[in-house]
Amino acid sequence: MSGVRVLVGTRKGAFVLKSDGQRERWDISGPHFPGWEIYHVKGSPADPDRLYASQSNGWFGQLIQRSDDGGATWAPVGNKFSYDGVPGTHQWYDGTPHPWEFARVWHLEPSLADPDTVYAGVEDAGLFRSTDGGQQWQELPGLRCHESGPSWQPGAGGMCLHTILLDPATPGRMFAAISAAGAFRSEDAGETWRPVNHGLHSEGIPDTAAEVGHCVHRLAMHPSRPDVLYMQKHWDVMRSDDSGDSWHEVSGNLPTDFGFPIDVHAHEPDTVYVVPITSDSEHFPPEGKLRVYRSRTGGDDWEALTRGLPQSNCYVNVLRDAMAVDSLDSCGVYFGTTGGQVYVSADAGDNWAPIVRDLPAVLSVEVQTLP
Amino acid sequence: MIRVVLPAHLRTLARVNGEVELRVAGQVTQRSVLDALEARYPVLRGTVRDQDSGRRRAFVRFFACERDLSHEQPDAPLPDAVATGAEPLLIVGAMAGG
Repeated sequence: MSGVRVLVGTRKGAFVLKSDGQRERWDISGPHFPGWEIYHVKGSPADPDRLYASQSNGWFGQLIQRSDDGGATWAPVGNKFSYDGVPGTHQWYDGTPHPWEFARVWHLEPSLADPDTVYAGVEDAGLFRSTDGGQQWQELPGLRCHESGPSWQPGAGGMCLHTILLDPATPGRMFAAISAAGAFRSEDAGETWRPVNHGLHSEGIPDTAAEVGHCVHRLAMHPSRPDVLYMQKHWDVMRSDDSGDSWHEVSGNLPTDFGFPIDVHAHEPDTVYVVPITSDSEHFPPEGKLRVYRSRTGGDDWEALTRGLPQSNCYVNVLRDAMAVDSLDSCGVYFGTTGGQVYVSADAGDNWAPIVRDLPAVLSVEVQTLP
Repeated sequence: MIRVVLPAHLRTLARVNGEVELRVAGQVTQRSVLDALEARYPVLRGTVRDQDSGRRRAFVRFFACERDLSHEQPDAPLPDAVATGAEPLLIVGAMAGG
């Protein structure tokens, strides 16, 4: 019987949650790497037993862990992330130039076809690639060295490259998103990049429609229709129908359009999920009610999904990498909270239940659908 | 032999219990001890000092003989008691780092 494996990164370790296709009874292992911040864990689409994990902490810096057996055992691989050449400067929080400094790996994106090839999005914003299973990392400097780079500035969480999307239909096309620079597209497997932010408006920058400078929180794509992109921006939920060339707002009837994660149903490219958060300073759900919002129309028209989620006194957040969907026939939706809960819906969001309630703050959630 | 006490997270990474004993050729300094440590336990590269610049990570401290040696030059000789193995070099995660 098919099943799922949920890979959870938290402030103090990683957890692996496994279930069969019913997604009702769960086997939980962890904490793996206890005491370390695990920003992201992700499996290879080409080999589901190959997992990569980003492990870091304030004392001892960055490590990358790799598993070749689905998370049962792990081994550290390469952890040298050196920017190509002499890094220039970006804007610091106070607007002064600040040298690029590596802080951590936010996101790991394994290749769609090769388990040994994996991309890493890092803070300060840069894109790295390994083609040997994580042993060696080389920067793809075309992104960081884009002419707009010196104007990029950190969001509140740091100047992070947090989203990497690989287009399954167009070889070499990929997307990246940076807080707070915006969305970028490459047509040559990451060698060169151009900003794709036309249509975004952000009140927090001097030119509200600038080419770069937007605090994009997350991008999502359905693999069957990769020209359509969804975006949760600092404020505003956005959609592009032309691979990012232009964007239009689809916040519609959301109670607030601030949030972090956004994801797409595995089988319905127009079904989209977000978790609205009160505001940029109030990082908790409006009215203390934890509600996932689902649009079945590709945005604009949203419905609240509440069954099984706390509807009073709930003041957690859901971070940008902490939502995922499985690809079982009845699409499962998952998200983790800063309060340590990981929720699952086995019916596309209609009903929810906690898998675990008391983990450390959840930084990331990924799910693998297993044969 | 040079004795080094690692913090718990690094002992876990290196898969060691208790003190580490290292043979260091030439003068015993922070740099030569860390070179020997990283040669024996490659997984520790980058966890104590930056792999490019060699600078001590901000939230790592070096203590020995009840002294804080963190701000000594990397090539300054460590105390004789460390060089003779009478006292260990302590690599410590700063209280502010967690």
